[in-house]
Amino acid sequence: MTNTESSPANGGVIRLHEITKAFPGVIANNKVSLELHNAQVHCLLGENGAGKSTLISILAGLQLPDSGTISVDGTPVFIGSPRMAKRLGIGVVHQHSTLVPGLTVLENLMLGEPGFRKREKLAIQRLEELSDLLGARILPKTPAAELGLGQQQQVEIAKAMWTGTRLLILDEPTSMLTPSAIDALGESLTRLTARGLGVVLITHKLREAYKMGDCVTVLRGGRNVAHLSVERMATMDEDSARAEILRAMFGDELADMDDLSEAEEISGATVARREVSRIDFSSAPVKLRLDSVTTGARSMDASITDISLEIRAGEILGIAGIDGHGQTGLAEVVAGQQNAFRGVIELNGADITRLGVRGRQAAGVRYVTDDRLHEGTVANLPVSINLMLKRIGEAPFWRAGQIDKKAVNKEAERLIEEYTIRTPSPATRVGTLSGGNIQKVLLARELGEGSQVVVVNKPTAGLDLKTVRMVHDVLRDFAAGGGSVLLISTEMDELIQLSHRIAVISRGSIVGMVPNDGPDTAERVGAFMIGGAEDGAA
Amino acid sequence: MAQRERSRGKAALYLVIRSVVPIVLALVVAGILMLTIGKNPIAFYTDVFNNGVLGGNWQASAVLMTPLLLVALGLVVVFRGQLWNLGYDGQFMLAGVFVAGLAPQMMTHYPVWAVWIGLTILAVIIGASWTLIPAWLKARYGTNEIITTLVMSSIGIGLTNILVQYFFQDPTVAEPTTGTMTTAQMLPNIPGTRIHIGFIVAIVAAVVLQFVISRTSFGLRLDIFGSSTKAARHVGINSTKMIFALFIISGGLIGLAAAMDIFGQWGYMRTNWNPAYGDMVVPFVFLARLSPLGCIPFIAFYSIFSTGGIIASQDSGLSSKFLLVIVALILIFMSITEYIGTKRDLGQSYLPDELKEVLRRPFDRIASQGARR
Amino acid sequence: MSQLLTHTFITAFIVAWLAGAMPLMLAAVGETIGEQSGVLNLGIEGTMLVGGYFSYVAALHTHSLWLGMLAGGIMGALLTSVLVILSVWFGLNQIVIGIAVTLLGGGTTAVLFYSNYSQSTPRVPPATWNIPGLSDIPILGKSVFNQHGIFWVSILLMVVVSWLLTRTNWGLSVKAAGQKPLSLDAAGGSVMRTRSEAELLAGFFGGLGGAYLALIATSAFTPFMTAGLGYIAIIVTMLSRGKIYLVAIVALIYGLSVASGTVLQLTALNVPTDLISMLPYLVVMAMLLVFARSVYIPPALAAPYTRGAR
Repeated sequence: MTNTESSPANGGVIRLHEITKAFPGVIANNKVSLELHNAQVHCLLGENGAGKSTLISILAGLQLPDSGTISVDGTPVFIGSPRMAKRLGIGVVHQHSTLVPGLTVLENLMLGEPGFRKREKLAIQRLEELSDLLGARILPKTPAAELGLGQQQQVEIAKAMWTGTRLLILDEPTSMLTPSAIDALGESLTRLTARGLGVVLITHKLREAYKMGDCVTVLRGGRNVAHLSVERMATMDEDSARAEILRAMFGDELADMDDLSEAEEISGATVARREVSRIDFSSAPVKLRLDSVTTGARSMDASITDISLEIRAGEILGIAGIDGHGQTGLAEVVAGQQNAFRGVIELNGADITRLGVRGRQAAGVRYVTDDRLHEGTVANLPVSINLMLKRIGEAPFWRAGQIDKKAVNKEAERLIEEYTIRTPSPATRVGTLSGGNIQKVLLARELGEGSQVVVVNKPTAGLDLKTVRMVHDVLRDFAAGGGSVLLISTEMDELIQLSHRIAVISRGSIVGMVPNDGPDTAERVGAFMIGGAEDGAA
Repeated sequence: MAQRERSRGKAALYLVIRSVVPIVLALVVAGILMLTIGKNPIAFYTDVFNNGVLGGNWQASAVLMTPLLLVALGLVVVFRGQLWNLGYDGQFMLAGVFVAGLAPQMMTHYPVWAVWIGLTILAVIIGASWTLIPAWLKARYGTNEIITTLVMSSIGIGLTNILVQYFFQDPTVAEPTTGTMTTAQMLPNIPGTRIHIGFIVAIVAAVVLQFVISRTSFGLRLDIFGSSTKAARHVGINSTKMIFALFIISGGLIGLAAAMDIFGQWGYMRTNWNPAYGDMVVPFVFLARLSPLGCIPFIAFYSIFSTGGIIASQDSGLSSKFLLVIVALILIFMSITEYIGTKRDLGQSYLPDELKEVLRRPFDRIASQGARR
Repeated sequence: MSQLLTHTFITAFIVAWLAGAMPLMLAAVGETIGEQSGVLNLGIEGTMLVGGYFSYVAALHTHSLWLGMLAGGIMGALLTSVLVILSVWFGLNQIVIGIAVTLLGGGTTAVLFYSNYSQSTPRVPPATWNIPGLSDIPILGKSVFNQHGIFWVSILLMVVVSWLLTRTNWGLSVKAAGQKPLSLDAAGGSVMRTRSEAELLAGFFGGLGGAYLALIATSAFTPFMTAGLGYIAIIVTMLSRGKIYLVAIVALIYGLSVASGTVLQLTALNVPTDLISMLPYLVVMAMLLVFARSVYIPPALAAPYTRGAR
């Protein structure tokens, strides 16, 4: 990099002091203090809902703290907007892509640049410098929508570094990366810190935090519960560091667990292993069969091409892949929300291709969508109605077209109890419940009576560890009871824990099928993923 | 339990406040506007009240309320589904011109009551059919229905004028006008009043629609569809069918409004006549929170205001288009009140973060300059 | 029918064509800027009326068409600031506020016109610029090359807008604000500011469109003279996918239908005037039906942006 100005001096520090931020109903950050030093990788560890994202939003200028101060090299600063964060040299790679799909890579990078006229030459030059640093080649004129995963992440990092010259924040960058890709990311980070850049790495996986971080801070329930400084990390061996972090992450809950290994497992401390029992494929009947199914949707996420697969009774089939590569299309075409343009879908040998959502619902095909808030539930309708959403107009809840509120409430109360949904009453608006409880509403609705095949799309995204565990148990039990599960996930660990086989989807097609039978499953899945994604992008 | 009742009472009170405050504010601002152009608002509003309510004038208001309420119900249906049918004028006029154009001739051949029923059905069909192209475009291509209904409305109004001039013109009159119904051919009044029975039809329609929306599975599906098209698709609601159903019901109710208005109040139609009921109704439909029964008091209020307002504006030498300004102000204040109410319920600050930052920037600059000194 | 071929006739046809197309073109360019930034300005009908009325008043008082146009543009932007403040800053429903702006613009100008000019109904004297040399060309010389300077400046302004949208960082921000406002915000731009600027410019052009209609195309203001032209501008915007040259083409097709209407009237055939005034709407609706598939709407159109919304 020729731009020496932007290389910060070692020893600089960004200090967050007693940051507090509350949202209606939750305190996301409760007096959190942190020190972020230059030339260090600072890992922020904690489960979903622990307050990591909020803290990052505050540093990025996307949220204002209710109280607390931030200082840079001792000078108090006010970060009221992303622009101010940029000015301070803070660059963020957000968990969800912030690239504008309709613009080219270069336009995306130039977005927010000062000055009136576009200065493309200068931008191309800068991009080349960054490409060298990241060890990647990025074509400037490619539309962002056409980038493969690896490239997309590189562009995001380049974008964050475009002006984020002092501190680079990466929010959960590893969830769908294979072990070797994570290693590669670790190497680039090392190159960056060697130049004096500070890095904040956010993760909910303990082993990554330990491996990649120079120091680790653990958040829990919005509080800073533990900090392992660089010095302590250096003196501790892996086991004692892990034990200390686990104590911080789980606190008193640790005592309730059977042994330490359970905590390790759900916190991603150890490498994920398969946790479902083997099934005998030769004797289990085929429940769901897709035969070269193609949809005609326009967006990449919603369209699939020529997908054939079979799921047997009792089987959990995982679908791995980069977000937005046809997962939604696959889920919707099975659920009946999208028509198959070509191909046949069979349930227990009967053709259901022409059935709509309600027909398939009645036949036993269910769908737990990933968009819990806007698709799976209607926020301003009560919990009871949301539990009945797919049985509208059916007896005994509706008689002669008229709703029987008593019957609806009775059924709702039954489900609320069975799935331990925490709600003040069945009449409470579902939108006021927590994410975990909303997911329970969906599971209660979809896995109920007559359910034979269930499609679950990212079932644990954004949930706290306890609910994650509950969801996993529910799915395992469902399969153990003879049901079939199509598990779509972008969490490699989850796929490996739950699936019997894992199919890899890329650009709307299944590019590989891996039986989940050994320690190298993740690597083999990853090989298909990288291959598929990069081929497609080229 | 007592507490819950109190809070429910409080909630109801807030609801009333939120609905009434925008109207009051709009009337105050309109009054200030009147002062600036040299008119006396107190005299104007008094005049409105006198001519809208007193001396039996309330009956004229009730007559005006008939088409307004039916149009409002037509809007309630689509708005609940988050669809915008702003082509009400075209739908109303086209339906109306067939009623006014065909009735006088037909009544010489058939019994009057049969013509009422037959042409009312025809009006409903015409009003509904004029929404079909926008509905198809919306369902098939997602084309913005606001614009397509508006353009179809312009076409409908043009077509109405052509129909009056070239097909339904009464040859005995020089001006382009349809034939005129006799008093006996028009809808009878409610005994003891000057209000025609179309008023009852409108009220019954409101009650029926309220029942459909709050108690039936169709009403629930409609609300799901309106809350989120994604959720609707997830639940298995066929969006194409829903869009067509909502537009057809909406256009049909507006057609019904036209039939009741022509049969009940006018008895004929001439070119370049456009009561433009819909524009006036939009804010009140929202103030009623898209509740059919809730529309009744608001539409009643506007009917009085309009009946009295037209006379009052003539009296004070103000263009009757001043009512448009008042309606616009109600819309604006309604949105603001709603915004403040929502923020208050959520306990959020009234200023968005971005705006706060813009506002504090000058202060920061002053502060940092002060510090530098 | 032979008169169709005379020079004077074709000249008149072209004049009518441009007079029909230009107001729409200006308004649609404005609407395009706004929509590209993610703001649906349904109030453009009201904006045009306000622009038309105040340009008329200003031109009558100052005896300058130029000042009239300027006044029209500024008042258009001023009325649009209602939408900017309420919908862009505070996130109130753009459709509801748009309807309010339309009613407000239409109602206010009607009230003012009736109380000030309904008796006298003065006209603005037309004016033309003869471009030396070019204005001697047969037909084109007396139709295209003797348009008032405002015609040429309007075209220049549209070229400038096209340049702004495609070649500047501002244009980039506008597109990002319309497609994925979060990205613009995260990149350090300001969604609120970008949208406000875009929408005020949109209001200015809407006002210009109304002013052109009143001052150049018809030489007078009449209440509700736009008669839905603003809505047609929105359709033109939808059809032209953010490209200014497409806006121009679609507006010219519309202008052609207006001019054809005039032709039909001149041919002394018994064509109802209502049919003639309906013709442009029919043309627009037909275009919409044919091109419905390729209509483009920015993904974030009419969606208010709130930073950090959860």
